[in-house]
Amino acid sequence: MSVLAPPEPALTPVYSYPDALPHVPTHYCPGCTHGIAHRLIAEVIDEMAAKERTIGVASVGCSVFAYRYFGVDFAQAAHGRAPAMATGVKRVRPEALVFTYQGDGDLASIGAAEILHAAVRGEQITVFFVNNAIYGMTGGQMAPTTLLGQTTTSSPAGRDRATMGTVLRMSELLAQVDGAAYVVRRSLHDVVQIKRAKKAIRRAFEVQEQGLGFTMVELLSSCPTNWGMTPEAALGYIRDEMVPAFPLGDFKVPETRAEAGA
Amino acid sequence: MARELLKGNVAFAEAAIRAGCEAYFGYPITPQTEALEHMAVRMPELGRTFVQAESEVAAINMVYGAAAAGVRTMTSSSSPGVSLMMEGLSYMAGSEVPAVVVDVMRGGPGLGNIAPAQSDYTQMVKGGGHGDYRQIVLAPASVQELIDHTVLAFDLADRYRIVSVVLADGSLGQMMEGAELPAMRPPRAADASPAWALSGAKERDTNLISSIHLDPDEEERFNHHLQAKYAAIEAAEIRHEEHLLDDASIAVVAFGTAARLVKTAIAGERAAGVAVGLFRPITLWPFPTDALRDLSERVEAILVVEMNMGQMLEDVQRVVAERCPVGFFGRTGGVMPMPEEIAARIRALATQLGAAVSDAPEEVRT
Amino acid sequence: MTFDLIIAGFGGQGVLFAGQLLAHAALDAGLETTWYPSYGPEMRGGTANCTVVISDAPIGSPITERPQAAIVMNLPSLVRYEPLVRPGGVLVVNTSLIDRAVERVDIDAIAIPADDVAAELGNPKLTNMVLLGALLARTSALTTAQVGATLERVLPARHHHLLGANHAALARGAELATEAAARNATPTA
Ligand SMILES: Cc1ncc(C[n+]2csc(CCOP(=O)(O)OP(=O)(O)O)c2C)c(N)n1
Ligand code: SF4
Ligand SMILES: [Mg+2]
Repeated sequence: MSVLAPPEPALTPVYSYPDALPHVPTHYCPGCTHGIAHRLIAEVIDEMAAKERTIGVASVGCSVFAYRYFGVDFAQAAHGRAPAMATGVKRVRPEALVFTYQGDGDLASIGAAEILHAAVRGEQITVFFVNNAIYGMTGGQMAPTTLLGQTTTSSPAGRDRATMGTVLRMSELLAQVDGAAYVVRRSLHDVVQIKRAKKAIRRAFEVQEQGLGFTMVELLSSCPTNWGMTPEAALGYIRDEMVPAFPLGDFKVPETRAEAGA
Repeated sequence: MARELLKGNVAFAEAAIRAGCEAYFGYPITPQTEALEHMAVRMPELGRTFVQAESEVAAINMVYGAAAAGVRTMTSSSSPGVSLMMEGLSYMAGSEVPAVVVDVMRGGPGLGNIAPAQSDYTQMVKGGGHGDYRQIVLAPASVQELIDHTVLAFDLADRYRIVSVVLADGSLGQMMEGAELPAMRPPRAADASPAWALSGAKERDTNLISSIHLDPDEEERFNHHLQAKYAAIEAAEIRHEEHLLDDASIAVVAFGTAARLVKTAIAGERAAGVAVGLFRPITLWPFPTDALRDLSERVEAILVVEMNMGQMLEDVQRVVAERCPVGFFGRTGGVMPMPEEIAARIRALATQLGAAVSDAPEEVRT
Repeated sequence: MTFDLIIAGFGGQGVLFAGQLLAHAALDAGLETTWYPSYGPEMRGGTANCTVVISDAPIGSPITERPQAAIVMNLPSLVRYEPLVRPGGVLVVNTSLIDRAVERVDIDAIAIPADDVAAELGNPKLTNMVLLGALLARTSALTTAQVGATLERVLPARHHHLLGANHAALARGAELATEAAARNATPTA
């Protein structure tokens, strides 16, 4: 074993846990990108000095315990209903920065009505939509976002268009809604994408603060456990299989800064 | 068919297939997802219908549709998912379509957890949806009964045009036990569709499946018709088990998994000289009212044991009235009562009643 | 006769399969049996355990507070189950992963370096079979021959080339348990 030099007394930390993400070990599987999404959101909350006015709403999925990890006030909603619960919170606490954190089963399947109508009402909330093309928590069943031909425990012969339809692209769908102000898709599969994702998270919170309407950042995410892949191969799967099916980009942005100020 | 080691969730799904279930609609939820996954493999293999619905709300309404079209159909879920089905179940009762629902209960309220519980007695037995309706509720206590009750549920549903519920819990869904599957029954022949079903109005008047009766008098008449049907079911379909009750001074009343835990406790207490037996309702609706009333005249005390805070207890108290004291022991939130704890409650009751008891030999457990 | 056993360890150590195999063998022997797993999110890389009950009469409870026997495959399992084994019961300990001795003296504690034995036999996945063999040698519920025969029936055909190694693991476990018991019986200075 090599002997390390004793630490210099005056080292300045360059990397540590964000304030909004207390040092609690998570239950996520090794290589799962839920953790990255958590960190990015927490960093932005820190940078906006918003920890004391942020309220999160956790959904039902692997991120059900998100409330354990963020150092902000939190509620835990019924499966799919987080946007409705967030509506209730935001309407009576308009000064709060309100966000939901939802998986693709939660948001695009059972919660399809709630997310759609939150957007229709132009609800001043921010939705973080973690799309891993599968139901992680219940052990790998098909989601509306599961790729055509992808095998899951409830599409054992692969997703078949004739009986199971094809991928639902929620960002494209919600961008059609007038009440939506900011809807973008980013990915968490490499450093460049992660940096872009963080910028989008910041922008979404800002648009919420400006009161411009509904905001959502979709994050393409990995589930190495239920995809049956190593963490590294799972990141490759996002890049090579998911991104072509779910193109990255901005589907709705506030038109001009001027409008933003109006 | 030979006895094989079967997991509860897989066993009831396969039993449903063999009972002629032609269409399964469901949504993943622990601790019953293996049933949905078994259906995802088997139903397409047999050319039958499997759909993973977008929610339990959709799943039960898909069942409503398939039932209206006259085929054997089912869904399965667990407590939070079943809560979402209440509207659909009320509509199905109001339009008298037959279907089967298997509820593999877990700890609640709310998201609760995925551990075994008997949290849905009230919502399933009393009707969690609106209106004066009933559904037949069967409470299996073993993997074999889970199989047999699933088959029976289809037959009763068809006989009475009613929803039959198999009320299991997480431990029955997850455990493996030796059990025998029934032989494969062919699905209903295409031309044997029930006369009331939606099959296309060819050479007959049109059929309507609906629960709307705008005229209150008509709605009342329809309700009386339902009540008459429920009375017929109460007269013919009550099932219960009596275990070691002949000479018992204490009767434990328990259903499903709680009842089998009680049996272990009873074996130990019997060995110690306590005259205790088990009364197990198998149909929770219709409830074995008369048999329990008779029992309450024979025993000195009743102990109700449940994996909830006393949901069936209210029914036992109603039936027993003041005939004998009714005690209660429940564990909840997904905690199973250990046979040892149940035995301690039985013993305390026996001591209270003044029975002479010796120490139970430790190795006795059935 | 009623026998109950808890097998516990990390997910991935073959805890659930070992229990299932025993339950299958009990059924093959014409006995009643239940197999009850821990289930849920905790299984993801965390701990796993299962309870097996075997009886010649219908089985009431599939769970038990005080098992007659336990196989513990890692330290947290030893900590949890050592105090619970019934006096006079059997505790099989995988000493490859557990470096703490069994403290109780009123039980039959069998120390088996099962991971090392499995490695010697050429397949680290045989750990559970080595421990199961040890348990069978120290209890009268079923024999290694019965369990071996059942394995042949339940092991998917694509794994049949592993049958020989599995039989060897059961046998080696049984042998080591018999030796360990003999050592336990001889007081050392
Ligand atoms: C009403 C109801 N139905 C079903 C469930 C079971 N359930 C829990 S999480 C989940 C799916 C989660 O998938 P997703 O939203 O994609 O999140 P992930 O785990 O993949 O991050 C389901 C179906 C539930 N808790 N409540
Ligand atoms: S199951 Fe998938 S989504 Fe859930 S924590 Fe594990 S890797 Fe992440
Ligand atoms: Mg998902």
